[in-house]
Parts: sequence; structure tokens; C-alpha cells
Amino acid sequence: MSERMLLLGNDAMAHGLVENGCSVVASYPGTPASEILSGVAQWQARYQLPMHVEWAVNEKVALEIAYAASQAGLRAATAMKQVGLNVASDPLMSAAYLGVKGGFLVISADDPGPHSSQTEQDSRLTAMAAKVPVLDPDSPEHARRLTGLGLELSEAFEVPVMLRPTTRVCHANQDILPGAVHPAVRRADFVKDPQRWAATPVHRYRLHLALEEKLRKIAAWEPTAPQLLNPGSGGRRAVIAAGVAAAHAREIMQDLGLWEVLPLWQVVQPYPLHTAFIEQVLAAYDELLVLEETVGVIEMQLADRGRVRGKRSGFVPEVGELLPETVARLIADFAAVPGELSVTAPAGGGRRPTLCPGCPHRASFYAIKRAAPRGIYPSDIGCYTLGLNLGGVDTVLCMGAAVSQAAGFYHAYRLSGELPDIVATVGDSTFFHAGIPPLIDAVVQDARFVLVILDNSTTAMTGNQPTPASGCGAGGVPTAAVDMEALVAACGVKFCRVGQPGDLPAFIALMKEAVAFARTDGVAVVIARQPCVVDRSYRGARPTPRAVTVSDACNGCRYCIEQFECPALVYDEQRQRVVIDTLTCSDCGVCTAVCPRLAIEEIP
Amino acid sequence: MANQQLIISGVGGQGILFVTRLLAETAIRKGLAVMTSETHGMAQRGGVVISHLKVGDFASPLVRPGCADGLLALKAENLPLHRHFLRPAGWVVVNAPRAPEWTGETLHSLDADRLALELGNPQALNLLLLGFAVARLAPAAALFCSLDELVATIEHRLAAKGVLLAESLKALRLGIERGAA
Ligand code: SF4
Ligand code: SF4
Repeated sequence: MSERMLLLGNDAMAHGLVENGCSVVASYPGTPASEILSGVAQWQARYQLPMHVEWAVNEKVALEIAYAASQAGLRAATAMKQVGLNVASDPLMSAAYLGVKGGFLVISADDPGPHSSQTEQDSRLTAMAAKVPVLDPDSPEHARRLTGLGLELSEAFEVPVMLRPTTRVCHANQDILPGAVHPAVRRADFVKDPQRWAATPVHRYRLHLALEEKLRKIAAWEPTAPQLLNPGSGGRRAVIAAGVAAAHAREIMQDLGLWEVLPLWQVVQPYPLHTAFIEQVLAAYDELLVLEETVGVIEMQLADRGRVRGKRSGFVPEVGELLPETVARLIADFAAVPGELSVTAPAGGGRRPTLCPGCPHRASFYAIKRAAPRGIYPSDIGCYTLGLNLGGVDTVLCMGAAVSQAAGFYHAYRLSGELPDIVATVGDSTFFHAGIPPLIDAVVQDARFVLVILDNSTTAMTGNQPTPASGCGAGGVPTAAVDMEALVAACGVKFCRVGQPGDLPAFIALMKEAVAFARTDGVAVVIARQPCVVDRSYRGARPTPRAVTVSDACNGCRYCIEQFECPALVYDEQRQRVVIDTLTCSDCGVCTAVCPRLAIEEIP
Repeated sequence: MANQQLIISGVGGQGILFVTRLLAETAIRKGLAVMTSETHGMAQRGGVVISHLKVGDFASPLVRPGCADGLLALKAENLPLHRHFLRPAGWVVVNAPRAPEWTGETLHSLDADRLALELGNPQALNLLLLGFAVARLAPAAALFCSLDELVATIEHRLAAKGVLLAESLKALRLGIERGAA
């Protein structure tokens, strides 16, 4: 490959992995990290590389699979989003002590902003807690180069290395000249060493000592040392920046005419921060401005509050993305020069996200509200979180929590002698990811609620990756498929029925049955099965299209808009009634069963 | 024309990412450096989508408010949301049924929704508006690329997809026609 091409940051990292002979890559989808694994699968196919590439059932499993490959001497990587890293933190902490053989890269993508996440947490803090070095790329191209450098660092010190891109790296596109691909030549060769790989607590103490020693050396490793981007600039103040903030700073300092006068240091490895660098900057400058996302990880290690302006000093905001306009203001203030004309964005506004027209989840939520109108509705992480707009979602905590929270609500209410209807919703992918253990727990503890598994046969929120029931894996390769009904039954659930939410009257009837069962007999599971409307990879049959129109019977009561909220149902102010926006309507026909006046009709 | 910063805005499902990609690839084919940054995730579910495109010598993937040379709005309702990105002498191209009331930057408007429906291809409104924009801007040297360069990118990109290529070019040409009028 010798042509510049437009690559998404995630795709650039994927190329970095195949360039550097990575043999095993496993991931669970999560925005903004999802396209890393699909990218690897695509490069693997393009270059015909002997690799194992998989969508794992969750992040912990993904990390453990890739780690074992590293223990066997192969280069390996796992990719996830910051919230997924929480799920994988258990094996990560331990892997840091045990160390690695083949280079092992943990890519954890952060989401300052947050654009599509529950938290703005900083994976670099987890890296610090786990005591593994972390690299902070500033652009897609930088991220591609750091995948190689990370694997090298990992092998040089036999330690897992974290690569921490942010949304602005993952989802930026850049013209990139990809490097040559070096297919892996190593063979798996696991050298038994139980004292290390299965170390008991006594040995772990020794391993901890060894890890601290590694970290001391990594804090002096030349290839990841901070760099002065504008040599020749002088003065008693300097800016230290990492990640995308360094890219913003580079551009802004040139625009503000500060490039020649204000030193700009880029930190590539925020943890462990190079020891010599700390000494050098504290000796050379009176004042330092530290720009990093999201937590003051570098600032913390500089450990001289008096001279460092950053998050902890209150100078740099601790919440939200460090947007370039913010960085421009901070640098101008710090350098005491006039900033740019500040133009502020208008507050709020814009459309709120909503389920797509024709989305089967909308029908499911409508049916749930009809079957259990005063119910409690725990829900989970995925597109269906947007059921919030429909009043069908009361809680969202983390992957799989809908099931455990439903049980928790049941036990809490039972203690006070009340029994409200509880209807939890979880997506199919989320159910496989973290819904099974809490379902087992609920059955064993005799909790009573309805669990609706919103089975659209894909991981829709993150771009339609397969699930364990899909029968295909990364890159579309055929795999075995798990039978969801059998799995639910094997958890001990006595009521497990499949319905099609698009057939709304029948689905409401099924939901009512499930609610009645749950009141007296335990957990009832309804599998709401209908394909995602935007899943292009779905091969099965879709429901027959049913185009609709609104008749004169519509009196403009807005019931359909408020209770069903399909974006294709539009209130026409002039005619004071509802009309169908044919540009967006998907012809699902579900709304015909929603209007109480039967004003929405199928076009014959 | 060297450095240029553009904002492309609309709502999920309108193909903002596709438009951005076409422009970015056109830049690469011209040997220019390019960076883009888009919203993914929740916003795609019908919410507001914004894409930043920077052609030339840049390091940051984002356009700062007050610095954009142009704003391409696939939804008129996004104008008040994203206008602040424009520099004082910037331009706006908007998909709107009627030209919105406007003072300040140069504004060109086209009812691309209606034209797309007339074409029988509602998905094509993005290419319609893009064709219109390039026809209006390229002659005034307000855009980094020319019509021919854009067409070449589309032909290259969709070469293997006969029908789609024909339909895309048809939409683009209709937009160009309106832009030249
Ligand atoms: S279509 Fe039915 S529910 Fe909707 S506004 Fe008209 S009468 Fe009310
Ligand atoms: S048929 Fe009704 S519910 Fe289905 S997409 Fe069209 S307007 Fe929405």
C-alpha cells in the first residue's frame, strides 16, 4: 500500500495492528471504539493474513482471549470503549502483575464530551491504577504510529500497554500513508511457568516489586519521551499538552503568533510521566499550563501545584471536552495575549435523537406501557435507551443492569408488601454481554418481573455488529449460533415466549400474558424479535411493507405523536391534524394500531 | 486555493458522512492534506449531525467558532445552531423550501427535498445540494475543488456500483443545473 488514503482513526489503528504483526484481536463494540475491530477484519481479508479476529461476548472475555495469545508469545490486542474497560478491569489489573510475552495492547477509547457514553471517565487513570503505561495519540496518523510503538514498548518491558485515543481521534478522518504490512511469523509457544502465570499471593508481591521496577525504567524510555514541538522558543513559561489538546494547541499557538515565543511540549506517554522531564520542566520554567483530557493525570505527576495551571488549580475545566475554542482562550490567558473574537454557540436547540421510523423497539415500548401502565421500567445500554422519550425507560445504569435492577426493585418492594409491575428491557447483544448472570440470580432468588429482550438480531447502536445469535462473526465469517430461547429456558425461566412487536395487537396481548404470569409465578421473558430497520447486513425476511395515510377522521388530538413518537408522524399546524412524512416513513404500518380514532389507515 | 475549513450540518440519516467523505477524497486526489471530524452514535438516530472538514495545513480535527469558510446545511433548522462557526466573509448553502431571511454571510438556498422527491430518490438530496453548492462556489473560487474534480471522485468511488453511480450522478447534475441557473 503506497497511496495516501482517507482513514478513520479507528481504521488507522486497525492498520497499525496489522502492520506490526498482531495475530489475535478481540473486541466488544462500543462507541467510539467499534470500528477498530471491523477495520482489522477488513485489513485481514484484504491482505489475506493468518489472524484470529473476533467480536467477543463482552470486554472481559475479549481482553482475556487476547491476553492468552500474548502469554503464548504472539502479538495481540483488544479494543473497547472506556466504559467497557470497567468490565475488563479485573483481568487487566492482574495482567499488569503477571506481564506479557508477545506485545499486548489494550486500546481503550475515551469519550470526553461525552458524545455517546454514560461517563467521561479517563482510561489513563485506570492505566495508572493498574500500573500499565499509557500512550495518548493526537490524531489518526499518530494513533497508527503509536500502535506499533506500544507493541514495541510492551515487548521491551513485558508489560501490557494501553493506547488511549479519544472520540476526536477515533472518529476523525485523515489522509494517511499506511505502512507496509508485516504478517506475523511467530508460532504460539506457551512456556509453562505456573509461578508466574498462576502466581499465588506470595509471588504476586514479588511481581508487584518487579512491576514497579519496570515502571521506573519505562519512565526513562527514550522513544516515548515528551517532545518540544517548537525548538528555539524561549521564556519562563511553557505549555504541556497531550492527546487532541496537543493538536489544538499546535494550531492555535501558530494562529495567535505564539509559536516562536511559547514552548509547547507534547506528552505521548502520560503515565508513567518521564522522570527526567518532570525535573527538567520544573527547573526550566516558572509557570506551566497543562492541557489534557479528561482528568489531570500529567498534572498530578508534576506535583508542584504552585507553578502548574491545570485542572486541579481550577484554570482548565474538569468537565467536558477541551474544545479548540476553550484551548484558544486558555492559551491566550496564560500567555497574556489578546485571544480571538469569542463567538459562542447558541444554547441547546436542535432535535433530540429518537428511535428510527419503523424501529421495532418503539412498538415494544408502546406495548409495555399498555400492558403495565403504572409499571417500573428498568432499561439498559443501547439504541433502546431512547425509549426514554416514550416514557418506557426509567433507569439506565450499565450493561446488563436492567435485569439485576428489576430484581432489586422487586425485592425492595416485596419487603414493604407491595408488588408493582416491573418490566425490564435489554437488547440482545447486551443480554449476551451481561444479562445472563443476573437472570440466573433473579430466577434463583424468586424475583418476579417481565424481561423483554429486544432482539433486533444485531448490535445496532454501534453500527450493526453481529451477536452470538447471528451465526456470523467479524468480517461476516460464519460461526455457530446460540439459541436464545434455549439459553433463557436453561436459566430456569418458566415463561419464555417470542413475539413480533410490529404486529402490535398480538404483541400487546402477549405482553399482558407475561405481566400476569410475573405477578404470581416468577420471571417471564418475552423475546421481541424483529430486525433493525437500518441493518444492511440482515439477510432474513422482513415484515411486508404497509404504507399508511391519515384520513379525515384525525381530529389532531396528538395521541399518536405523544405516545408513539414516530418521527414520520408530523403535526400539520395549518390543517390542525397529523400527516405522514413520506420522506422518512418506513411503511411499517404499526401506527395504524395506535390511533384511537382509527384515523391512520393502511393504503390498500 | 489552499487552507479551507468547512462545516457540513444536518440530521441523522441524511448522509452527512458521505458528503464529507466525497469532499475529503477529492482533496486527497488533489494532493492536499485533509482532516474531518463527525458525530457518531446517538446523534445519528435522527438527531443533529455536524461534520468538520479541514483541507490544507492543520493539526486539530475541529473547526473553531468564527473560523469556518463555509457552512453546508442539509437542514434549514440547523442554520441558527451552526452559524457561529462561520467567519465574517464565509458562505452558506442551505436546503430550504424558501430562502430564509438572512443578513451577513453570502447565502444560497435550494429546495433539495422537493427536487429529490421529484427525482423519485429521496436519499439523493445530499448529492443534489452538493452539486448545487459546488456549481455556485467553485466559479467564485470559494471552494477548494472544482466540479470536474468532484465528479471524478464520485465516479472513482462508485465505479463498481453501476446503478448507484448513474443515480448519484443524475442527482448531482440536477443540483449543478440549479446552481448554474
Ligand atoms: S392520527 Fe389519531 S392519534 Fe394521531 S392526532 Fe390524529 S386522531 Fe389523534
Ligand atoms: S408507518 Fe407509521 S409508524 Fe411506521 S414509519 Fe410510517 S409513520 Fe412511522
